[in-house]
Amino acid sequence: MTTASSEIDQKPAVTALRHKDLLGITDLTPEEIALVLDTAEAMKEVGTRPIKKVPALRGKTVVNLFFEPSTRTRTSFEIAEKRLSADTLNIAIGTSSVVKGETLADTALNLEAMSPDMIVLRHSSSGACHLLSRICRSAIINAGDGMHEHPTQALLDAFTIRERKKQLAGLKVAIIGDLLHSRVLRSNIQLLTKMGAKVCVCGPPTLIPTDVLRFGVSATSVVEDAVAEADVVMLLRIQLERMEGAYFPSLREYFRVFGMTEERLRLAKSDVMIMHPGPMNRGVEIASEVADGPYSVILDQVANGVAVRMAVLYLLAGGAEHEDAA
Amino acid sequence: MKTLLRGGRVVDPANGIDGSHDVLIDGDRIARVGRDLPVDGATVVDIPAGLVLCPGLIDMHVHLREPGQEHKETVATGAASAVAGGFTAVACMPNTAPVNDNANVTLLILAKAAEARLARVYPIGAVSKGSKGELLADIAELKQAGCVAITDDGHPVATALLLRRALEYAGMFGMPVIEHCEDPSLKGDGVAHEGFHAASLGLRGIPAAAEALGVERGVLLAELTGSAFHVAHMSARASLRAVRKGKEAGIRVTCEVAPHHFTLTDEALGAPIPYDTNVKMNPPLREAGDRDAMLAGIADGTVDVIATDHAPHHYDEKNVEFDRAPFGIVGLETAVSLSLDRLVHAGLIRLPRLIELLSTNPARILRIAGGSLSEGVPADITILAPDLRVRVQASALRSRSKNTPFDGWQLRGGVAATIVGGRTVFVNPDVSINL
Repeated sequence: MTTASSEIDQKPAVTALRHKDLLGITDLTPEEIALVLDTAEAMKEVGTRPIKKVPALRGKTVVNLFFEPSTRTRTSFEIAEKRLSADTLNIAIGTSSVVKGETLADTALNLEAMSPDMIVLRHSSSGACHLLSRICRSAIINAGDGMHEHPTQALLDAFTIRERKKQLAGLKVAIIGDLLHSRVLRSNIQLLTKMGAKVCVCGPPTLIPTDVLRFGVSATSVVEDAVAEADVVMLLRIQLERMEGAYFPSLREYFRVFGMTEERLRLAKSDVMIMHPGPMNRGVEIASEVADGPYSVILDQVANGVAVRMAVLYLLAGGAEHEDAA
Repeated sequence: MKTLLRGGRVVDPANGIDGSHDVLIDGDRIARVGRDLPVDGATVVDIPAGLVLCPGLIDMHVHLREPGQEHKETVATGAASAVAGGFTAVACMPNTAPVNDNANVTLLILAKAAEARLARVYPIGAVSKGSKGELLADIAELKQAGCVAITDDGHPVATALLLRRALEYAGMFGMPVIEHCEDPSLKGDGVAHEGFHAASLGLRGIPAAAEALGVERGVLLAELTGSAFHVAHMSARASLRAVRKGKEAGIRVTCEVAPHHFTLTDEALGAPIPYDTNVKMNPPLREAGDRDAMLAGIADGTVDVIATDHAPHHYDEKNVEFDRAPFGIVGLETAVSLSLDRLVHAGLIRLPRLIELLSTNPARILRIAGGSLSEGVPADITILAPDLRVRVQASALRSRSKNTPFDGWQLRGGVAATIVGGRTVFVNPDVSINL
């Protein structure tokens, strides 16, 4: 990867993403997805240097606007921005004027008046990024909107899979857990099917979205069938607050029927990867022996998150074209 | 003072009329309808070829927001919107602030309507005090003050027992109970039709069964009580099936469909504007199979009424995250164009059937004047321009609110003029007519 890293420093001939925003994987072509993943490889090398910084976004202002609690994603974006030399600021709910009853549109317009270049938005409402995109001149990056999409998570998942398996096409990926409320699921289905992987989703029928087969996946409530011969097993978080909706009787019963144990994992391919977008509930969707076991790449996902977000920020800012202009 | 409307096509299904006739208005009443009526001192208005005279259209489901939410709409602006949309009368829902559950609110609405002197306004009272679903409102008082029906619209009547009592009690006055059919637990915190589009956009779903369950409940209770039950804003094919079965069994059930439910589907959630809050309404836009069922019900006679569920909301209220936006869209000024374009010009129904849906049947269900051009009735007349090319312009709507998903739509068919009690209250500047 030394050549790639020197390319970054030397304003390489990469093509930029021809989008103002990154609202979801839905809007990306397979070529654009490949471009982000390729760029992320070069970005990953930056993180191995003694001085982990390149000047790509020098003079650019990036606002991390988080209306939902997030440690992993917000930290990951912030590190990515700093490694690209952007000026960053973080606005989290509770410190913002939202508590005073300001609308999202007004918050966005006020930020916009201070001319940021990018806004990274995390919000509990599906479509919140689309609303901002219509209002703002700044590039909007979706860091998770409601139950809709979490595109950088899917990109870092794909990057992590590709690192191990070399390609995505032809792989069997089992995604197991709370499918209904998961933005990670929706982004991952989009990305994996676009790149030619076979996706099998699995969960209790109460947590499977309507018409899920129209997403281009297979679906089952038999976890053994989902895991069988899988190249990748991705667990989704069971949100404890969902218990009120009576989607399933108890966490104990969930683990009994769907929990990823070493025994169930033996049905998968011998070189299976275990993934989880976090935060994990040990002993609910995943046994600790599996989370901490040899097949787990859960911490690799976190590490790769920084590189992938650097790639997204860099490409949305115009990539090499921007640097030429500067 | 007499006016002779000469030479238009008159469509009056209540009297079996569809042909070139003259209409003689004497003061505020219809004097005669017939061929080649003598002028006899009347002011003559020659109706240009291609225009259609019909009994004044009646929208039996609108929200006028007054009292309490005058930033969205007032009785006066709502009435102006009505006549611009060809409606000579509207029936307004009781979910105002305060709720129309007593004569004071009813009389206020009627006073505002009289002041506006545009469309006739028929208030609909609440089933329960405060629409809280606990105690029946003073229904006799509401009736006496001028209410023509009762409903807890916005929500279903809270319990089957209360709905039963309401049907029994209102039946005494010959008032129908209009029901917003929905099982609240199934609806939950849903914001869009539960189907592929909501699932892929990550929007919480409202299953069609939530509505159909409410329809089934009402039909059973209409059978039990023998009273008249009217299904508001029907959207789901399972609801239509329940209504059809009820009618076949001789149960007194009627239903209405809104233009957006026979025009749009849940595909509109994602395109052309993703998460457009102007496609958020309750009941939600359903999938194509439901929309097609509504069209089939309109064609085969199961559907009795087209009503708009005109629900004005201020721009600020709609310019928010999809799940935080209020349900509802305005409809008074687009209903005629959508109906002519999507139903008549599409070849689904003929014009007399449309007039039944928009005038004859709502008058019959609410037992109000209008719905025909019979001699001696109030001269409420809508003049349609069925071939007029209309481009919907949200900013030009007379309604105080502009929350329509049809902005920019080009439709065939519109309103030429609206006459209420012999007075011309609206003339479309795009149509040359000498009223």
